[in-house]
Amino acid sequence: MTRVRVQEADFDLSTEVAALRADNPKVGAVACFVGTVRDLNEGQTVQAMELEHYPGMTEKALEAIAAQARERWPGSDVLIVHRVGKLLPLDQIVLVVTTAMHRAQAFESCAFVMDYLKTQAPFWKKEKTEHGEKWVDARESDAAALTRWDLEPPRSAGA
Amino acid sequence: MKVELRFFAGVREALGVANESVDVPDGVSTVGDVRAWLRMRGGAWAQTLAEGRSLRMACNHEMTDPARRITEGCEVAFFPPVTGG
Repeated sequence: MTRVRVQEADFDLSTEVAALRADNPKVGAVACFVGTVRDLNEGQTVQAMELEHYPGMTEKALEAIAAQARERWPGSDVLIVHRVGKLLPLDQIVLVVTTAMHRAQAFESCAFVMDYLKTQAPFWKKEKTEHGEKWVDARESDAAALTRWDLEPPRSAGA
Repeated sequence: MKVELRFFAGVREALGVANESVDVPDGVSTVGDVRAWLRMRGGAWAQTLAEGRSLRMACNHEMTDPARRITEGCEVAFFPPVTGG
């Protein structure tokens, strides 16, 4: 099972986990990742954050990521919830839940989905600090994380 | 050929436009060609879409490289490297 949602509303971890593993006694492990808004980024105090996305493409990209995870770890279910719009420090941004028979698959699948999402899903963060608003730059370390899964980092199309 | 353009995040702000329908001339046949053709508008277009600028492209909602061929009515998007999660 793959569930993917893009929404402005917050999410509740317990509710989401319960729904994903409901009526599936084959599941022996559930791994979760929750990304949250920090109040400090690159030495500057973040007052708020705006998350933009590409409606239509975002959902397809997330479904493709989940499908790849389920192909690598058969029997695994995947849930991805990503928030958009205005967010404040302490707010939850993203939730990834993966299920499997055993813990190793659940942990790996969850890490894979996050690494992939970081470089492939069309979301952009804009931070509001005391010095004004600024788009967050992509990190080299995010592209590098993909190599762990034998995946090519996305090419810089301009170079 | 008709193409639907989409721009996001910093690219959208730099160009001052989010969506645009264009009729590209003969000879513009790939996503990279569209980028080069748009650069000919000069100003912010030449700067934002310049070769060497770190930019991602998508065609019909799939991340792609510049060699991807465009088709009638396709949706071509330009945006900065993504920063979700």
